[in-house]
Amino acid sequence: MSAAPIAGYSESEGGLAEEKDLRETGKHGETVYRHSTGTRLWHWTTVATFVIMLMSGLMIFNAHPRLYWGQYGANPDYAWLEIGNEDARGYLRVGNVDVTTTGVLGVWTSRDGELQAQAFPWWATIPSTYSLARARLWHLTFAWVLAVGMFVYLVGSALGPHRRDLLPVNRELSPGHVWQDIKNHARLRFPKGEAAARYNILQKLTYLAVLLVLFPGIILTGFTMSPNLNAKLPILLDLFGGRQSARSLHFIFAFGLVGFVAIHLIMVVLAGPINEIRSMVTGWFRLPKEDRS
Amino acid sequence: MSRLITRRRLITGLGYTTIAGAFGGLAVSSDFRDLVLKGGETLAYNTHRLVGRDALVREYSEAEMSPDFRTNGNTSGSTDEWKAAQASGFADWKLKVSGLVAQPGQFGLEALKSMPSRTQITRHDCVEGWSAIGKWTGVPLSALLDRVRPNPNAKYVVFRCADRFGLSLYYESIDMVDAYHPQTILAYGMNDQDLPVGHGAPIRLRVERQLGYKNAKYIMEIELVESLAGIGGGKGGFWEDRGYEWYAGI
Repeated sequence: MSAAPIAGYSESEGGLAEEKDLRETGKHGETVYRHSTGTRLWHWTTVATFVIMLMSGLMIFNAHPRLYWGQYGANPDYAWLEIGNEDARGYLRVGNVDVTTTGVLGVWTSRDGELQAQAFPWWATIPSTYSLARARLWHLTFAWVLAVGMFVYLVGSALGPHRRDLLPVNRELSPGHVWQDIKNHARLRFPKGEAAARYNILQKLTYLAVLLVLFPGIILTGFTMSPNLNAKLPILLDLFGGRQSARSLHFIFAFGLVGFVAIHLIMVVLAGPINEIRSMVTGWFRLPKEDRS
Repeated sequence: MSRLITRRRLITGLGYTTIAGAFGGLAVSSDFRDLVLKGGETLAYNTHRLVGRDALVREYSEAEMSPDFRTNGNTSGSTDEWKAAQASGFADWKLKVSGLVAQPGQFGLEALKSMPSRTQITRHDCVEGWSAIGKWTGVPLSALLDRVRPNPNAKYVVFRCADRFGLSLYYESIDMVDAYHPQTILAYGMNDQDLPVGHGAPIRLRVERQLGYKNAKYIMEIELVESLAGIGGGKGGFWEDRGYEWYAGI
C-alpha cells in the first residue's frame, strides 16, 4: 500500500493528528475523515448552483433553439443543431439527422395540459413558463456563485493538500494500471478497505477533466458570449472561434457536465449511497470491508 | 484537539446553515428571490465599469460580414410623425436633443452627416442568442453631445423612438460611459447604404458593448436626464420595464 493521503485530510494540526491516527488504524469497517469542510461546502453549493444554471440555461436556449459555428449566426444562417417543430411534430435536428421528439423537445404539453411549441419542456427549465428575462436573471446571478466557487476551490486545491488527492502519480498512469481500473469498473468491483478512501485513476482523470476542462470551458465560453467582455478579452473570441462557436461549446460543455453528473450518481449508488452521501455531508467515510473470498 | 474539532464543526455548521438558508429562501420567498436575482446585473455593471471601462469591441473585415443581417425588434416606425417623415424620405425629419444640456437643439439628417463620421463593422448580439455582423456608418454620439454640452448632473442618455410594441413607444437609455465610448454611434448608414427602414431608419443607436435591445431604432428624440425614474415604467427602457436587465453587457 502506498502512503497516498486520504482525500481532503488536512485541516488544523489537531485534526491532522487525529485523522492520521484514524488512517493508520483505518482498516475495514473503520471510519476515516475523507472530505474537508471546504470541499463539502463547495460540493453542495455547486450542486444547487449547477441545477439552477442548467435549467435557466435551457430556458435561455428556448429563446433561440439553434446553434451555429463561427463569429455570427442567426435565422438566415445554417444551424448545425436545431430543436423545432412543424405542425404538431417536435424534432431535434443535428446536421442532417432529424429525430422526432414530440412530447419532450420542440412540442410538449404544459402542466395545464396545453400544447407548447418550445424547445425544452417546462419540467427542465427555470422558470417553468417561458421567460427569457427571468431565466437570464437566474443564470447571470448564479454564474457568479459558480465561477467564484470554482475559482476558490481550484486555487485552494492547487495550493493545498487536496492537489495530491486529485493528481495521478506516475504508477497510476501506466497503461496496465489504467486498464486494470477499467476492468474493475466494468465488473463493478470497487476498492475495499483503505483503498476505497482514495480516488482511483479513472476517478482522478474524470474529476480533472471536469475541474480543468468542462467547468473552466463553460465559464470562459459564457464570458465569450458577453459583448462587453469581448471588448475586454478579445482573445476569447480567437480561443473559441467566435461568439456563436462559444455558444455551441457552452451547450456541449453543459451536456458534458450532465453526463458527468449522471455517471457520478450511478457510481454513488453502486458504491453504497448512504456511506458516500454521508461522507460528503459529514466528511466521514466508512471503509468497505475487504472481500477475502 | 477537541477544541479544534469543535471549531471545525462550527464552521461546517455555519456553512451548511448558510447554504440551506440561501437556497431555501430562494425556494420559498419571492421577495428574497427578487433581491438575490438583482445581484448579477449589479455585479456585472460594476465590474465592467471598474476594469477595462473604455475597451473597444472587435471590428471585423468585410469578408466576415453576415450575408443576410436579419432585423431585430420592430421593423417599422409607427407614429404619425415618423410616417410623415418617411414619406418625405426623412428630408424634414429632425432629431430633438433636450434635457440636461446647455444647448438643446434639433438636427436634420444632413446636419448629422456633416458632423464627424465613423464606420465600423461590428457584431450585433441579440438577447435571444443570435449574432449578425454588419457595417454601420454614423455620427459618434460623443460628437453630438459635444454640440449640446451636457450639464454635469446628466447621468443617462435616453432615446425616444417611433416604433411601438402594442401601445408602448420604444425607448432606451445608456450611461455616460457608453454614451462617450468611441464606438457608440448614431447610425444613418448600414452596409454602405442609407439605414433601411427595417433596421431603424433614419437613425438607430449602435452601442456595441451591449445586447441588441439597447440599440434603439427609429430614434426621434434624445434626452439627457439625471434619473430614469418617471420615464416609461421607470426602469430605463421598454424591455427593462418588462423584466430585462438595464445593463445588457452580458
